[in-house]
Amino acid sequence: MKILVPIAKVPDTTSKIAFVDNNTKFSQEGVTYIMNPTDEWYALVRAVELKEKNGGEVVVIHVGGADSEQIIRKALAIGADKAVRVDADPTDAFFVASQIAAHAKTEGYDLIIAGKETIDYNSYEVGGMVAELLDLQSVALVQKLDIEGGVATIVREIEGGTETVEVKLPLVVCAQKELAEARIPNMKGIMAARTKPLTVVPATDAPKLTTIANYVLPEKAKEVKLIDKDNVAELVRLLHEEAKVI
Amino acid sequence: MSVLSFVEVSEGKIKKASVEAAYYGSKVAEGLGTDSVALVLGEASNDELASLGAVGVKKVLHVADAKLNNFDAKAYAKAVSEAAAAASANVVVLSFNQNGKLLAPRVAVRLNAGYVPGAVALPEFNGGTAVVKKNVFSGKASANYQLATENKVIAVNPNSLSPVRGTGTATVEALSLSVEVTTTVKAVNKVTGTIPLTEAELVVSGGRGLKGPENWWMVENLATELGAATACSRAVADVDWRPHHEHVGQTGLTIRPNLYIAVGVSGAIQHLAGVNGSKVIVVINTDPEAPFFKAADYGIVGDAFEVMPKLIEEVKKLKAH
Ligand SMILES: Cc1cc2nc3c(=O)[nH]c(=O)nc-3n(C[C@H](O)[C@H](O)[C@H](O)COP(=O)(O)OP(=O)(O)OC[C@H]3O[C@@H](n4cnc5c(N)ncnc54)[C@H](O)[C@@H]3O)c2cc1C
Repeated sequence: MKILVPIAKVPDTTSKIAFVDNNTKFSQEGVTYIMNPTDEWYALVRAVELKEKNGGEVVVIHVGGADSEQIIRKALAIGADKAVRVDADPTDAFFVASQIAAHAKTEGYDLIIAGKETIDYNSYEVGGMVAELLDLQSVALVQKLDIEGGVATIVREIEGGTETVEVKLPLVVCAQKELAEARIPNMKGIMAARTKPLTVVPATDAPKLTTIANYVLPEKAKEVKLIDKDNVAELVRLLHEEAKVI
Repeated sequence: MSVLSFVEVSEGKIKKASVEAAYYGSKVAEGLGTDSVALVLGEASNDELASLGAVGVKKVLHVADAKLNNFDAKAYAKAVSEAAAAASANVVVLSFNQNGKLLAPRVAVRLNAGYVPGAVALPEFNGGTAVVKKNVFSGKASANYQLATENKVIAVNPNSLSPVRGTGTATVEALSLSVEVTTTVKAVNKVTGTIPLTEAELVVSGGRGLKGPENWWMVENLATELGAATACSRAVADVDWRPHHEHVGQTGLTIRPNLYIAVGVSGAIQHLAGVNGSKVIVVINTDPEAPFFKAADYGIVGDAFEVMPKLIEEVKKLKAH
């Protein structure tokens, strides 16, 4: 079984969020980049587990510059067999999805496991777009994924619960927590990652459909209204009369 | 021309998140001077569908095919796109709920459309270009997405606007489409008896400050009095005081209720990522320096074990009126 896992590079959650060029660009200053958590912890690890169980191959694909090498090597250290880097700026989700779909079309994968969202744009886009570009079925918010005889049995999140579905491969799924337990690369993995193949390919054209005009930071920290602990009735009054939420 | 909203029905009822999407669609249509049309896939009663008129929908296109009762991303994407063509809609509005998060980007690809995932406000139009605000960086900033494409797809964040209901009723028109469903639903497991966290308007949440699972009656009683759902911090779920499906934050659920009451939760940035879209935040914590106070609207510096019983009593009194 051939599995493709797209991995994104995102600012670490503790990064300071600031913008430059008249609030049109994210400020890179002092930002540490990491592999997108849902891609690393759930999508990639589950892909590696499925390979360990059923055999096959796990390929990671990343759209980004040469400075992404570190996160790609980390993915290889966690257990991917090969990596592809599309040498281009990941300008927007559709562009990224187009690159992944172009690669997948020539390679032919049984399964593509993406993370449900990136922690920077929180957009939940790439998995669905890749599926549509490849005309494949897709399931998102996936918490359990097993493959048997070319059929995926999946537990996915729905409002107030979960749903178990069966879908034939080939398929695109978007992973979320509970799908796997994060793995920390061990020494053997890190050593092996150094010599695993990383292919760099040029980008294919894709139209720019969505642009970001500018960013806005929240006005300023909210001013909290403190209520004395011996006057709890006042809190209830404020919630009822001022905030009108109860 | 028209604006098409995609509306989901579950157990015969239109989902709350879909009512918001339909209302959003109607507001966009009003701004553009066109009609608000809704699409419903799968079986549903005419009365339920006509009720969308209350949020400004003129016409409901209904594909009453039982095959479509359950969500199938590929089939639904095809159906929504074909319905958009049938209704000559160039703006398609969906909810950014569980299904919408997967469906909307697929529809956008099919329609060659610019796409806003998780709009938190109505668009501003400038000629053929729409600018729509959405949250980014887990709520730490927002971005204005610009769509200059002819077709536009907008997925609306649940709980970001409150539909105003009028008295209209929508006409219901049957639409027939040919779709192939390849997702087989084997089981549905809903947490019953409680309000689903992501749908809840009011949420009471507890953290490690509550000392142990035996003290959760405070959270539960307050939630019961308010008709609220319960949530918790990750620290609490990690030690099995509470189930993981209650954990909110960066690695858990993102919620945007009208009211979020956090008791004994420190307000770590990863926790805030899941809740800082809440309209009103109340924090009860013994430590005046707890970071959560910086994100709160109302706060009580005090011991939960003293404050909560009083709060429960006061809410009881209010509800008795
Ligand atoms: C990558 C990553 C992802 C994470 N994702 C999440 C996530 O999704 N969600 C999440 O919640 N956390 C997440 N965390 C963990 C997060 O950083 C915090 O550790 C966690 O939220 C703390 O939980 P807590 O507030 O319950 O506990 P604590 O931080 O221990 O806070 C307890 C609070 O209770 C107060 N308190 C103590 N006694 C009382 C009393 N009697 N009455 C009132 N108040 C009292 C204390 O003053 C303190 O502020 C993540 C961490 C990492 C590194």
